Amino acid sequence: MDKDYRKKESGSSVRVRRIIAYIVLILLAFLCLVWFYILFINATRSHQELTKGFTPIPSSHFGDNFDGMLHSTQPIVKGMVNSLIVAGLSAILCTYFSTMTAYAIHAYNFKLRKFAYTFILAVMMIPTQVTALGFIQLITKMKLMNNFVPLIVPAIAAPATFFYMKQYMDSVLSLSLVEAARIDGAGEYLIFNRIVLPLMKPAVAVQAIFTFVANWNNYFTPALVLKDEEKKTLPVLIAELRGADFLKFDMGIVYMTIAFSIFPVIIVYLILSKNIVGGVTLGGVKE
Amino acid sequence: MKKKSRSKVVEYNKWGYIFLIPFTLVYVIFQLIPLFTTIWNSFFENYRSGLKQIGPNFIGLENYVKILSSGDLWQYAGNTLIMWIIGFIPQIFFSLLLGAWFTDPSLRLKCQQFFKTVIYLPNLIMASAFAMLFFTLFSDSGPVNSILLQMGVLKEPFSFFSSVAATRLLVGFMNFIMWFGNTTILLMAGMMGIDQSLFEAAEVDGATSNQIFFKITLPLLRPILIYVLITSLIGGLQMFDVPQILTNGTGDPARSTLTMIMWLNKHLYSKNFGMGGALSVLLFIITGVLSIIVFKMTGTDTSK
Repeated sequence: MDKDYRKKESGSSVRVRRIIAYIVLILLAFLCLVWFYILFINATRSHQELTKGFTPIPSSHFGDNFDGMLHSTQPIVKGMVNSLIVAGLSAILCTYFSTMTAYAIHAYNFKLRKFAYTFILAVMMIPTQVTALGFIQLITKMKLMNNFVPLIVPAIAAPATFFYMKQYMDSVLSLSLVEAARIDGAGEYLIFNRIVLPLMKPAVAVQAIFTFVANWNNYFTPALVLKDEEKKTLPVLIAELRGADFLKFDMGIVYMTIAFSIFPVIIVYLILSKNIVGGVTLGGVKE
Repeated sequence: MKKKSRSKVVEYNKWGYIFLIPFTLVYVIFQLIPLFTTIWNSFFENYRSGLKQIGPNFIGLENYVKILSSGDLWQYAGNTLIMWIIGFIPQIFFSLLLGAWFTDPSLRLKCQQFFKTVIYLPNLIMASAFAMLFFTLFSDSGPVNSILLQMGVLKEPFSFFSSVAATRLLVGFMNFIMWFGNTTILLMAGMMGIDQSLFEAAEVDGATSNQIFFKITLPLLRPILIYVLITSLIGGLQMFDVPQILTNGTGDPARSTLTMIMWLNKHLYSKNFGMGGALSVLLFIITGVLSIIVFKMTGTDTSK
């Protein structure tokens, strides 16, 4: 239907605009990717090669650097396992309980419902940093310092994830389905686990990825909580790398360590990118 | 619901409370109590001076007086704001441009999925590792300097991290790279929500694509633009990982890249709980005010 309008706008002007668009897009894509390309190249080069200057061609020391990283003074592999534990458990707890909270507000008509909903939305924007002081004092008193518990359990109360789940639930879950299950004699908890959760699968998947990545990348709280070298997560170890006198380090190993903490996320992202990019706006913005 | 007996409905609805228990419990313990103790701490003098522990002594609002009258707060707030602006201006510019291009049916851009995937990628990268990467790339003997030397742009290595402007620009640039993909996708959603017939009508009337963008798209995007602006500002206030790692926590050169949260982090490490508390409360208030604006603007519907 817009064919006749397009004729009016001269074809050449559209072509020019299209070319400009492609140039800008390619430049921006370059700006996004070039750093990871240099990182990859440098992770394959030895310390001697790196001091000689930059070349855009990969070298043959990937294996050496990887081996060097495994045997470096920092427990990088342990750090990755720690990060996996913290981020994985946070993602599971966060999505399961956020769905449960959303279901409580969505399906039941109790007295404090509106208050609860307004309250959760109101606290959504409070950054974790402003309560960090009290948080650290509290977990010191609870003897949970240097423990994964204060990094994992708080994920249960995630207002932003709750909001996303609530938005999604409004569009997919009709209460007649719940009614039908009740007539069949199913208990409320069973209904939530067997009927509501499976229906919410797409939203749970998107939020699980986001929560996992957010916790995988989180630096502020783990740096305050984790003290033992063996307990530290990857971001904390990376920060230590910067803190040490880094000129003494083998630069090949430094690049390999950075690559080791970045590339797993990139690979997973490329596999799941369709869901992730589509999921950003699914329940995020309200118009 | 009226068909059923009242007691049955009440019995069901009790489950609303039961399902809220995990959230409430965890929220109260790990968020609400820490919030109140943080506020409580801000009224006390409580720090270490050498090996001696001072306080805690109740001193009322003295911490606030001290923090507001010292030049540090304003300097660090200024640093944070400057680096946020350096990142935000290109971010909103390119996001609008890309959003308009992606949603323009007459352009029919190919490889849209590829570009969207690529520009969103930096958002998922570990900020601390990204900052560490930039530190190594832009160090005196790093690849950027060696490339510029090889190309003959520079005669001798440029020390990026001794220059206030260069360090701030790098932080702003990293924020831009990490966030413009996210903003593009948000704005695209807003642009696709605009009634297509408005564009068609404008084209029939002979409007150019520039006119359409400035006279139709932009005004109709206003609510979502304000949402993006304020949430980005709230995020900017929390700026920490990138400058912290890039400058090893010092905020150098000359504390010109020390952000508010880096300052708070320093107080937490040195166990200066009084000042740390007061700073937290100030940040809490600023974020609160900004959040209220977001809720007023987006008109989030809580009546349902």
